[in-house]
Amino acid sequence: MSTYELIGNGIAAFLTLCIFSFLYKDNPFYKFAERLVAGVATGYFTMLLFWTNFQDKVWEPIFVNGQYHYIFPAVLGIMMWTRFSKKYSWVSRYSLAFYIGIGSGVSITVYLYTYLFKQLQATISMPLTADIAGFNTLLVVVAVLSALVYFFFSKPHTGLFGYVSKVGIYILMVGFGAGFGLTVMGRIALLVHRVIFLRDYLIALF
Amino acid sequence: MTFFEKMMQIDRRWVYLAIGLAVIIPAIIPFNVPVSVSPEVEKIYDFVDSTDTGDYIFISVDYDPASMAELHPMATAIINQAFEKGIKIVFVTLSQFGAGMVEQLTNELATKHNKVVGEDYVFLGYRPYPAITIMAMAVDFRVPFPSDYYGTPLDSLPMMNGIKNFFDVKGVIDITSGNTAEFWLTYGNGRFGFPLAIGITGVMSADYYQYLQSGQLFGIIPGVKGAAEYETLVHYPGAGLDQISYQVIAHAVILLFIIISNVAYFATRRKKSKIGGSI
Repeated sequence: MSTYELIGNGIAAFLTLCIFSFLYKDNPFYKFAERLVAGVATGYFTMLLFWTNFQDKVWEPIFVNGQYHYIFPAVLGIMMWTRFSKKYSWVSRYSLAFYIGIGSGVSITVYLYTYLFKQLQATISMPLTADIAGFNTLLVVVAVLSALVYFFFSKPHTGLFGYVSKVGIYILMVGFGAGFGLTVMGRIALLVHRVIFLRDYLIALF
Repeated sequence: MTFFEKMMQIDRRWVYLAIGLAVIIPAIIPFNVPVSVSPEVEKIYDFVDSTDTGDYIFISVDYDPASMAELHPMATAIINQAFEKGIKIVFVTLSQFGAGMVEQLTNELATKHNKVVGEDYVFLGYRPYPAITIMAMAVDFRVPFPSDYYGTPLDSLPMMNGIKNFFDVKGVIDITSGNTAEFWLTYGNGRFGFPLAIGITGVMSADYYQYLQSGQLFGIIPGVKGAAEYETLVHYPGAGLDQISYQVIAHAVILLFIIISNVAYFATRRKKSKIGGSI
């Protein structure tokens, strides 16, 4: 490890320990590291947006290449800034209306297709055969219907309806359990990554 | 105060300490854990493996340093496999901090496999608003990205000759820690129907399996476990496999805590209800 890397990784190791110190209790070292991350991220993102948006999509097309039709989206963008003025904030509604209109037009059909029709099709077109795949199909259908029953509040959850609703809540619990297990795996991965980093740094240092 | 009552009131910092120690053990005494490969991971491996030399795949690196621990190993394994097979890769990022991730991956792996930017791989760069960027790329990569990340016009890159949009690549793999998977699913696969696979963090995994069953995704690499599986398939042991031994110990400790806390909860509840009954 070169001297430059040693110093750089030393700062990273110090900041890692600063963040971990929050596990004991809130302290100035944690606050410093937290604010440093927020500040660096904001600065980086601002300059990134400037170079990948303003420079590419406003400055160069309009002022360098003479593509004056880019003025229209640029003006819509500038109009959004009127939100900061009480007197002229109504102007921003035109930009928002334009944005929401386009967004809705593009999204509604494709969202219905992706999240409703394709999922419905996949649920009802599974083969109901006398093997493990068939059992899986049965499980999916029972799970979907009972979970839906649990969220049906127009009828009291009593009798048979109540039993199906109870199956629904168990199905949901299984789903939450799987989610929790995977979340634990993810969080441990983050911890392990830092522990391995600190171990390698200490080995390099001594 | 009984043992169980003490357990119910334990300071959470002892739990942190226990997990910390559990994670440090494999760092001092390393050991290997066998990894079984799941079909959803193998499908992505098979897809890359069946892609011919000189063909293109598209990889969207949509994560930032906060998710490196989980996603960098799987990205590394996929790129290693693709470069070794001579597959050309088009990279993009829809995450504002993803450019650094792509650069780190390509700098390390392109050098390792003697790959040249513009000939063997290209990095298009970053654009905000994923939905608009994806739909624009489906028309032509040159619409949102007239030049690559380094400012070279796409038309002057040898690799981009004869490649226009997603229909000229064999498939798209999105490695993501955020909602860009939804954008790829909706505006990519949903709108244009190209083959899509995702590599995601553990937290997200449970939310995306239904799209595998419906055929909207052809594969999923879920978190660090999926990364370890992929590394096993490509025979490139890396950070994913390294982490599995740590995961085993940490999970065992967490399971132990869950069991103790549940036993303690029911034991103290029974005692409380007995006291309540006698009153």
